Amino acid sequence: MPAVTETRETVEKLAKSSYEWGFETDIEMDIAPKGLNEETVRLISERKGEPQWMLDWRLKAFRAWLEMEEPTWAHIHHPPIDYQDAHYFAQPKKKPGPKSLDEVDPELLRTYAKLGIPLHEQALLAGVEGAEERLPVAVDAVFDSVSVATTFRKTLAEAGVIFCPISDAIREHPELVQKYLGTVVPVADNFFGALNSAVFTDGSFVYIPEGVRCPMELSTYFRINARNTGQFERTLIIAEDRATVSYLEGCTAPQRDENQLHAAVVELIAMEDASIKYSTVQNWYPGDDEGRGGIYNFVTKRGICRGARSKISWTQVETGSAITWKYPSCVLAGEGSVGEFYSVAVTNNHQQADTGTKMIHLAPNTRSTIIAKTISAGKSDSTYRGLVRMQPKARNARNFTQCDSLLIGDQCGAHTVPYIESRNMTARVEHEATTSKISEDQLFYCRSRGLSEEDAVGLIVNGFCREVLKELPMEFAVEAQKLLQISLEGSVG
Amino acid sequence: MTQDAPALEAFVARAGGQGAALAETGLPTRRVEAWRYTPLRTIAETAWQKAASLSSETVGALLDALPLPETGARVVYGNGQLLSALSALPEAVQQASENVSPLKGVFSATLNAALGAKGLDIRVPAGTDAGLLTLVSLCDGQDVSTHLQHRIVLEEGASLTLYDVGAGEGRYIANPRFDIVVGKGATLRHVKLQRESLSATHLAIVSVDVAEKSEYDSFTLNQGGSLARHEAVVTLGAAHAIAHVNGVQIVDGQRLNDLTSMIHHAAPDGSSRQTVKTVLSDAGQGVFQGKILVDRVAQKTDGYQMNQALLLSEKAQINSKPELEIYADDVKCSHGATVGALDDEQLFYLRSRGVPEAEARDILVRAFLIDALDLVTHEGLRDLLLRSITS
Repeated sequence: MPAVTETRETVEKLAKSSYEWGFETDIEMDIAPKGLNEETVRLISERKGEPQWMLDWRLKAFRAWLEMEEPTWAHIHHPPIDYQDAHYFAQPKKKPGPKSLDEVDPELLRTYAKLGIPLHEQALLAGVEGAEERLPVAVDAVFDSVSVATTFRKTLAEAGVIFCPISDAIREHPELVQKYLGTVVPVADNFFGALNSAVFTDGSFVYIPEGVRCPMELSTYFRINARNTGQFERTLIIAEDRATVSYLEGCTAPQRDENQLHAAVVELIAMEDASIKYSTVQNWYPGDDEGRGGIYNFVTKRGICRGARSKISWTQVETGSAITWKYPSCVLAGEGSVGEFYSVAVTNNHQQADTGTKMIHLAPNTRSTIIAKTISAGKSDSTYRGLVRMQPKARNARNFTQCDSLLIGDQCGAHTVPYIESRNMTARVEHEATTSKISEDQLFYCRSRGLSEEDAVGLIVNGFCREVLKELPMEFAVEAQKLLQISLEGSVG
Repeated sequence: MTQDAPALEAFVARAGGQGAALAETGLPTRRVEAWRYTPLRTIAETAWQKAASLSSETVGALLDALPLPETGARVVYGNGQLLSALSALPEAVQQASENVSPLKGVFSATLNAALGAKGLDIRVPAGTDAGLLTLVSLCDGQDVSTHLQHRIVLEEGASLTLYDVGAGEGRYIANPRFDIVVGKGATLRHVKLQRESLSATHLAIVSVDVAEKSEYDSFTLNQGGSLARHEAVVTLGAAHAIAHVNGVQIVDGQRLNDLTSMIHHAAPDGSSRQTVKTVLSDAGQGVFQGKILVDRVAQKTDGYQMNQALLLSEKAQINSKPELEIYADDVKCSHGATVGALDDEQLFYLRSRGVPEAEARDILVRAFLIDALDLVTHEGLRDLLLRSITS
């Protein structure tokens, strides 16, 4: 049987199987009424016990948002979003800390188990007393809007690293938050960013002091849990001079029938000689085989290399969500700073992804690399949209961009929209893009050496994504491969 | 949209009943994606008037300054009017009387549709090779505009080489529209030389339907104008169609040159090739927007696009947007883009062999451009374009 025919059949089979990691946890919630107005913003701020400056900042964002229009330039289609028809705040009801895992809400434990979190780590997450022990990965689980527990805070604190929910940071480290929040993504930056600034309920805050190499990988499991609650995460990571940190963000989501809006904002700030590596594996519920019910993922991610020789590296594996609208970007303001973007975006069924990056070169000798791999299957549409801008002061700046698209089946689309703007003659930009299907020659080669059709396609696709996957930290590479298997392997072999 | 601009008011008034669509869209602002790099505010404040007839002295002087072939037929327009005394069609070509087809959503076409004046309207009969036809459009005036509408139809197996030259003196808008049909198995070579006045605005729109096994082979040399956009919309509507949309832009001073194209593969087994090179000096601005659209039915499409810019000065800038939009899986489409200055190592190589710096630079720039110019398949015209670049 020709590979394509078989592929299509497998895609259909896969589409029919329900979302493996779609599950919902029933936990008592404290939910704000539906709707969005200044009162909602005030309520969120009040519930989070925020100082006045934070409320003012939120209100400023909200007022800016009211004046803005939802962007329409992305290659995506969806019914209009009713921003009034959602809850903007949901918080698990507080209970006194459990003494052992037996006392922890079994529903919560079941969720952890499905997430694959080891038992001792579960204890930490659930806030069981005396459960702290040193582990190589710190997890800050965002369980709907509020971090239920943060592990390893103490261990990290000894290194001087602050890793906590951003709501804690607003209370405990207001001087840092006030200094940096909104400096990379200003409140009125874009429609979804402004919305996030007004109503974000939680997220992570990371501060790595001067000269510190963060002793472990930092990790957050994002979960969307309650029905009809928009998830608005806010992440702020600051690496001071010569600091180094690697941050992992991974997501799975429960199955649900209504589209759910997610508009996160991530801000990264790297000072002199600092390095931030931000890795994402995103596998939110993509909707059923008709494309109904998936997550709308409208994310603003941006980092600034403020100091000389600093480095920001984004790596993402995007396999989930009904719609992805996401452009992790780097502003290269420090001389000799480096920006990187490695991306694998997989779409299947009716998924739509419009993703890419922006590399804004402001300073001399800055360098950026963009490697984007796009795989479209089923009836999905996937777009790479990127901007490389060399400003007049970007002497001897360099950019290399490579975008490759793989089409599986004749009902999908793959698009490449790069913008190249250069205002400095010594800056050099190179861009290349290809679109093709899996080569019959390569398939034949593998088949003739005894590989099954499925293994052959898997091998080729793995090779196609290798440049990106190898950028993932070890802890994530495994999960990423698992996700590719679920959303991709079935569809190509 | 700048609805209140004097330019728009003047255009709409001149257009009379034809101006509704133009009045509705208005002049595109930078917020309009297709015009984000090419701002039309430079023309917004002027009430552009209909151009008056040209004197034969003016026409003669303008023609003398142009690199034109000695052979072949020639048709000359002066300020939007056919100059019969200077014009003759190739023998094999028939005069037709059809209107250009509407083209929605493209500003240059909307403007032309509102104010259009009849231009060339020809048909090359089946199986005939009509040879070379030179079409010269001259303009001279202050705050005037011309909007010629040309329609060219090649019947089955026909062929024609069109040398399309635009030039002039003064501050004007030249807004020509070409509506081209390349019939089954036919070949049209379209070589364009844009040498408008350095104060002029050139807004050309070419739409081409390429039929089965036929070929549209085009090359545009964008060299003049204060602001000049050459826009091509090429549709490969039947199997095995071929399109070449190549070009060179040479931008200096404060000028802006823009090459925008949409190559639409709407049928299987099509092939398209595009190489565009831009050389920028002084405070010149270059724009390249090239889109390849491959429909679901257009399986086995082979599309290739290369776009390179050479920046020779600190103030020059290039904006480039090569775009792929692909809905068919069994295709081979790729694009590449590079932006940079002259290679120091290459310069050093020449200098170390005793070539003076200025000359070494000239050699390298020329080498950069020759690559693209070599794609002009008509030898005589290639030499003329080369002469135009060298001058």
